[in-house]
Amino acid sequence: MSRFGYVAPKSVADTIHLLHDCETRGERAQILAGGTDVIVQMRTFDREPRTLVDVKYIEELNRVSIEDNETYIGAAIPSGVLNENQKLKSLYPGLLESADLIGSTQIQGRASIGGNLCNSSPAGDTIPALIANAAKCLIAGTHGTRNVPVEDFVTGVGTNCMTRTEFLLGLILPRPRPRTQDAYLRFIPRTEMDIAVVGAGVSLTLDHDRVCTHARVGIGAVAPTPLLVTKAAEALIGTQCDETSLQAAADACRAAASPITDKRGTVVYRRKVVGVLCYRAGVIARDRILNGQN
Amino acid sequence: MSKVHVELNVNGQPEEVLCEPQQSLLDLLRDELHLTGTKEGCGTGDCGACTVLMDERLVCSCLVLAPEANGKKVVTVEGIADQNGLHVVQQKLLEHAALQCGVCTPGFVVAAKALLDKNPDPDETTIRYWLAGNLCRCTGYDKIIRAVQDAAQELKATTTS
Repeated sequence: MSRFGYVAPKSVADTIHLLHDCETRGERAQILAGGTDVIVQMRTFDREPRTLVDVKYIEELNRVSIEDNETYIGAAIPSGVLNENQKLKSLYPGLLESADLIGSTQIQGRASIGGNLCNSSPAGDTIPALIANAAKCLIAGTHGTRNVPVEDFVTGVGTNCMTRTEFLLGLILPRPRPRTQDAYLRFIPRTEMDIAVVGAGVSLTLDHDRVCTHARVGIGAVAPTPLLVTKAAEALIGTQCDETSLQAAADACRAAASPITDKRGTVVYRRKVVGVLCYRAGVIARDRILNGQN
Repeated sequence: MSKVHVELNVNGQPEEVLCEPQQSLLDLLRDELHLTGTKEGCGTGDCGACTVLMDERLVCSCLVLAPEANGKKVVTVEGIADQNGLHVVQQKLLEHAALQCGVCTPGFVVAAKALLDKNPDPDETTIRYWLAGNLCRCTGYDKIIRAVQDAAQELKATTTS
């Protein structure tokens, strides 16, 4: 195809049809949500004409629903809109903070968590926070929908598990158990508007004796994909998340990391910092519980 | 695939434009509607010179495709002043000499007004974070921040008096 096209389907079925038609004709289609990555790429290193499929008019991609068992966050909702949802912020403060770290006010008026995930950068800030919250991706395709755990969604730098005839509807997060909190931290050499050198998200559940019963740890920018670090969680479960166990979790993150050296940081530095951020995010999540934020 | 028909409202005025699918809202405003107050800086969403309000949310118009603006309400720097004169944010930027070359100024005006509409009493840190997506290579920012603080004071004084 030699020209760009723009379509704004109103339903999931219409979108699947469009994607399927493009695929049959051998033409390129690209899903457009906030466009803060897609349009930049289109104007710089990836100028190939394609049909842009704007999914912002589809109800399923714009809905937030908070149920007793789970929370659904539509893939195309701008982070600025999500951060105005106080209920969501109180349930998943770390996830909302991770979205709030991305870009300026202007970018946050457009950029979505679903887009951050589908861009599939190793350094996407919301991904470790979604992993920590055990989020699942709800993906629509020609044969209906399927669920994929976030930690299995990104398959490489800029690639993910979706086929060309599938697209992301939203994210399903389990409702946090009582006495559960999350936190996300990233390191950047300035105060805002930068790409993570390292990121770490932690979710903890403590019982009334302050003993950790559930934990999940996600890390970013230290491997080709964001990672779930099961061994870091195991180091915390059964402990009071004290210095010794948090240090063990930090060491597990360092062991899981396989970073590269680039202009943002070296292998040695990233490996050190991912442990530090896991430790500190663990302290924040723990203290949020102990200070009675839920 | 042919041109896309876009109907939108710009500064209270209904507009109809035919545009290319890959054209930006910034192109539409400047090249089709000849509203050249909105500037192109980087073209990649980093500098904020092209900031406009779309359905009451700040966006970089360079990162909005023109067809995406269909049915939307857009406010550009041309829509900030009214018949009575400059908006207080514009007046204070002048008084504080908070601009030199002026390329970033339309973006700062739109963004700062949006901040004060949302939060009439922002502290300095809030102002600096809110305006972090607007880059200025001339002023060093301090004068801009002071102008916005002064504008907030004045708006407060006029609404309470």
